[in-house]
Amino acid sequence: MTEKPTAGTGADTKGRDGAGPDTTGPDTAGLDTAGLDAVPVLELDPLIDDLGTRIIVCCGAGGVGKTTTAAALGVRAAERGRRVVVLTIDPARRLAQSMGIDSLDNTPRKVDGIKGSDGGELHAMMLDMKRTFDEIVEAHAEPERARAILENPFYQSLSAGFAGTQEYMAMEKLGQLRARDEWDLIVVDTPPSRSALDFLDAPKRLGSFLDGKFIKLLMAPAKVGGRAGMKFLNVGMSMMTGTLGKLLGGQFLKDVQTFVAAMDTMFGGFRTRADATYRLLQAPGTAFLVVATPERDALREAAYFVERLAAEEMPLAGLVLNRVHGSGAAGLSAERARAAAENLDEGRMTDRGDGKAGLSGSPATSPELSDLATAAVSSVPEAAPTAEPAAQHPDVDDVDAVTGTDTDTDVRHLTAGLLRLHAERMRVLAREQRTRDRFTALHPEVAVAEVAALPGDVHDLAGLRAIGDRLTAGRMPSA
Amino acid sequence: MSRLQVVSGKGGTGKTTVAAALALALATEGKRTLLVEVEGRQGIAQLFETEALPYEERKIAVAPGGGEVYALAIDAERALLDYLQMFYKLGGAGRALKKLGAIDFATTIAPGVRDVLLTGKACEAVKRREKHGGHTYDHVVMDAPPTGRITRFLNVNDEVAGLARIGPIHNQAQAVMRVLKSPETAVHLVTLLEEMPVQETADGIAELRAAELPVGRVVVNMVRPHVLDEAAVRAASGDHRDAIARSLASVGVTGGTRLVEPLLDQAAEHARRVELEREQRAVLDGIGVPAYELPFLGDGGDIAGLYRLAKELRKQGVGA
Repeated sequence: MTEKPTAGTGADTKGRDGAGPDTTGPDTAGLDTAGLDAVPVLELDPLIDDLGTRIIVCCGAGGVGKTTTAAALGVRAAERGRRVVVLTIDPARRLAQSMGIDSLDNTPRKVDGIKGSDGGELHAMMLDMKRTFDEIVEAHAEPERARAILENPFYQSLSAGFAGTQEYMAMEKLGQLRARDEWDLIVVDTPPSRSALDFLDAPKRLGSFLDGKFIKLLMAPAKVGGRAGMKFLNVGMSMMTGTLGKLLGGQFLKDVQTFVAAMDTMFGGFRTRADATYRLLQAPGTAFLVVATPERDALREAAYFVERLAAEEMPLAGLVLNRVHGSGAAGLSAERARAAAENLDEGRMTDRGDGKAGLSGSPATSPELSDLATAAVSSVPEAAPTAEPAAQHPDVDDVDAVTGTDTDTDVRHLTAGLLRLHAERMRVLAREQRTRDRFTALHPEVAVAEVAALPGDVHDLAGLRAIGDRLTAGRMPSA
Repeated sequence: MSRLQVVSGKGGTGKTTVAAALALALATEGKRTLLVEVEGRQGIAQLFETEALPYEERKIAVAPGGGEVYALAIDAERALLDYLQMFYKLGGAGRALKKLGAIDFATTIAPGVRDVLLTGKACEAVKRREKHGGHTYDHVVMDAPPTGRITRFLNVNDEVAGLARIGPIHNQAQAVMRVLKSPETAVHLVTLLEEMPVQETADGIAELRAAELPVGRVVVNMVRPHVLDEAAVRAASGDHRDAIARSLASVGVTGGTRLVEPLLDQAAEHARRVELEREQRAVLDGIGVPAYELPFLGDGGDIAGLYRLAKELRKQGVGA
């Protein structure tokens, strides 16, 4: 894959069939990174250092590390001098604890332990959607009406988080934080939506709902009752409420109507704010980061996001690719490593004759294999670490000296294990490469920041800092 | 085995794949299973490499041994119109309601109605019978919302039955709840041997139990083999670099200690992961829910991989 894929969606088949290192032989598996080199690198430090960047939105499929990415960027930006607030939606407990926000009180709290000399600060909060909804009601309705709304059973269910509420409230909170103007950078995590589109659809859906005839009909008794010209509407309404009443039960419908009537005066405000937040997301100070892992489903979701953001004219900064595997020994292919491991096992079997060769889990190797392996060495490109002339290193002649004792057998066993592990790693690399090639073929213009996989989870600020370093390290050395 | 098998799991753990494999595994000879999805993601179609599923039950696979797997992507709006038609012969009124935005309201904004419809449709499939009296489907497998929302999703009927205190929605909600809380149902949680998914699984099981929903199995997915044990890695980090380099050279892999270093780094990472997995296994053991274990499929969830997982599940007792 030496040529840059052509832009546009038509490049799909090309990326799958013509490009990747997947279908080629053992010589290139996992080594060919030419396709990736064509992908622009997403530089995150300039993005968070730019005072013009006011909002960063992290979106993507569930389980790809959105929240961790948001938190790590927040820490890094604060330590580089920004006044940052991170809005997390549903963080894993220990991640929240790593920022000291294990209480869910819907207010940004200052995070202690931020090391910055330039007056940078980090605040973090968890979204409490019910609290956010309640606050809106309290702020925009007189006390008596507010109480009526808050006590309404329909409202209580709606605000406690049925489909969609979380998205509305995340948008609402973002608008609030921006309006407070206490921070010069807001980093937002997005809700784990049913689909990639919910978050973006929330403001519009709310708007269309509030503008809808249905709401007007529900409110009709209060508004149009008695006006002669609206009589037909009333007929329509009673027919409809009759149907709905049958379906939902009269009391429920009454609750809904009471709720809608009570909320009436607030709807205008909802709509205005939803529209404002939507425009805010399109503004130049906003940067969307699509977060993914090099897995098929996550990258497919990422592709949807990229397309959707473009359609909505929302500014995409690039793709953060988490949990990317690399290898410091990428010059040694999976096939050679496996063949060498089998040779070692075979040698061991000869040494000990105790039948432990079963460990290799494969049939006896053919005599040519070691020749093949040796031959493969000379064919490796010069840049690869294994391309050194053999004479500079302990060579085959030493073998006799190290065989025959238990320690030597252990070393051979160990070495075979190291080689198998490496073969496995190279297979992972090749697979990740294939899934990425597919994405790149579809969206060659999207800049990518790779984040090397960590063996464990993040528990503290130091862990977030480490992620921040990886986020901004540029291309992985040998991936 | 329970007739309704609900599969949940944290995002990224492969719950759609597990649900599909389970549907295949349950479709033993002469059996028929229905695989339903409720989140409108068309994950099943992508998995089986077919075009997007319509709102219609159609056969998508034949299981090893001859059973059949049907699939259905449940659409809340269509399900609501179905109900209106079924119970009230309201086809026309349904269209009028749709025009007014009432259907939109009911399926996206009105609390819980959407989830009631989705679970309701699945329960209807569980209960449905053929003319000769047998169940249409021996098992219904649901690719359900993720762990963080599963209890609320399944329990929504309780809440709705409380909100709509009378009327068909109330009755419908209660009928669904009777199925969901009975031994007819089992809720499985898919996890990886990683900290966050395991923690979510533990939390999810506690929530399900508190809501008296029947917990089925934990499904530990993507289990990878341990190539090297810890002792070996410790030995490797000792003074054996030269010996390893010689050993490598003996089979034609040159590069000396410069190659040994990254190999040892990888081994150290591997050892850390093995240790973390051991810890997470201990946490899962502490929950006291029996588990299925599925291997990591190197090349993602293609159809062949799906059949492999189904075979694995049968080996572990599914469909027996």
